Amino acid sequence: MSSFKVFDIAGSGMSAQSVRLNTVASNLANADSVSGDPATTYKARHPVFEAVRANVAGKFGDANAAVKISSIMQSNATPNQRYEPGNPLANSDGFVFAPAVNSIEEMVDMISASRAYQNNVEVMNTSKELLMATLRLGQ
Amino acid sequence: MNLDSYLGVHAAALQLRGRRTELLATNMANADTPGFKARDIDFRSALDAVTGQAPSANAPLSTNARHLGAVRTGNPAGSIGSTESFLKYRVPLAPSLDGNTVDAQLEQAAFADNSVRYQATLSFLSSRFKSLMTAITGQ
Repeated sequence: MSSFKVFDIAGSGMSAQSVRLNTVASNLANADSVSGDPATTYKARHPVFEAVRANVAGKFGDANAAVKISSIMQSNATPNQRYEPGNPLANSDGFVFAPAVNSIEEMVDMISASRAYQNNVEVMNTSKELLMATLRLGQ
Repeated sequence: MNLDSYLGVHAAALQLRGRRTELLATNMANADTPGFKARDIDFRSALDAVTGQAPSANAPLSTNARHLGAVRTGNPAGSIGSTESFLKYRVPLAPSLDGNTVDAQLEQAAFADNSVRYQATLSFLSSRFKSLMTAITGQ
């Protein structure tokens, strides 16, 4: 039955959102990872989503679309320069470079990702109930 | 007695509701995909086409074959062929900068509406089967 495609679609949404949650965790965890060289400082990562129509095409033609992560983009914001001559990682001028991670933006991204994940879980649960009810039809 | 005609519009309606579930799941899975355009089906005209009914009385009058939405050809087999022509794009209430037109709340509401109607169709079908069983067993 074609309705099983709902599980593929909602499942792809869940996996994409969990990758997004992982990048948020990675960005927040490394918000204070300083380094002495701006080139090697951690850069915030953000996934780019893309609709995939290949595997889930139904009788609607290409109307069904799952979602996948097409790439993980690294932010090119310049690292924040701080004067910390006591830091063992400081360069010869006494500066360290902290990643340009905006923790407020990351938290907002986290909430958005978790809500979207919950949305997909609800879609899956409801579809499962409807399919089970369909299987019980006539009993 | 023909079982297809006995089940009436409900068998086709159930299939269409299933398709709409997939579509709404697609919209919700792609709630954060840049450039994704939310779609939905024009349920009434899709069902009219499947059951081969004439357009309802309040449908716009078509005086030219090229008028939009004017072509409604009945499918005598009662099966759902391509429903591509009944797919419509949603008009966004608040368009976002990345070209995405999914409104998560609107999709959630539509999904809840669709699942309730799916269950209603299931109970109509179920009661048809029950009457049939009563007729067969005579109890």
